[in-house]
Amino acid sequence: MTAMQLKFHIEGGNFTKAGFASSEVKKYLRKINISNETIKRIVIAMYEAEVNVVAHAYEGEILVNIDSKKVDISVIDKGPGIEDIELAMKEGFSTASQKVREMGFGAGMGLSNIKRNANEFIIKSQPGEGTSLNIIVYLNNVN
Amino acid sequence: MKTSILVEKLGANVVCGKEHLETKEIEYAFASDLMSDVLTINAKNILLITGMANIQTIRTAEMADIHTIVLVRNKKATPEMIELAMQNDMIIAESSNSMFKTSGILYNMGLKPVY
Repeated sequence: MTAMQLKFHIEGGNFTKAGFASSEVKKYLRKINISNETIKRIVIAMYEAEVNVVAHAYEGEILVNIDSKKVDISVIDKGPGIEDIELAMKEGFSTASQKVREMGFGAGMGLSNIKRNANEFIIKSQPGEGTSLNIIVYLNNVN
Repeated sequence: MKTSILVEKLGANVVCGKEHLETKEIEYAFASDLMSDVLTINAKNILLITGMANIQTIRTAEMADIHTIVLVRNKKATPEMIELAMQNDMIIAESSNSMFKTSGILYNMGLKPVY
């Protein structure tokens, strides 16, 4: 498999488009030889991160690097950032708006669900500037 | 279990994916309005029962490999939802019943809970 990079710009607040990038990645992964279980872990982690950018940030970039060993997803947003990452990682803790909750999100499950689906997960944030995530899923169960 | 048998028993109105009713099989059901919870379930051939009718319901189903959605409490699928569902070969059925009644009927028919 040749290495591949996919890049997406994410608009904050635009719930109509939320999930478009994750959907494109899913379509690409389906074309290469990866098990459905692994694809599901990758796209659920990415979709949670994409929804977080839409829900909390002004805008963001998602870079997806795919090679024969892993899928490496970087999500970098400009936004309010996270004051207390440890607290944000706790299931049930959320700062989501009413609008986000009305869409069925904002239950404080997203970051922990990303961690659960990823093999490696790094989150960094600068309050007032933005948040960056690095999500890596290994492709060791390539068919 | 064939999806056609399930939606017939529910008396639900299939608004998209009629061509998949005889081919898609369902083993489990999950009832939730919270998409955050739907994204945490880990099973195959799941039917989603929800009163949340917006485009992110379909996106969530797409990511979670859910191919059949029953909209309860008389919620209707929007044209955008139907378009995205069709792109993903999904079935959407609308029911005027409550989530509890819908879940009860499907449970009685033998669909299994995810947990």
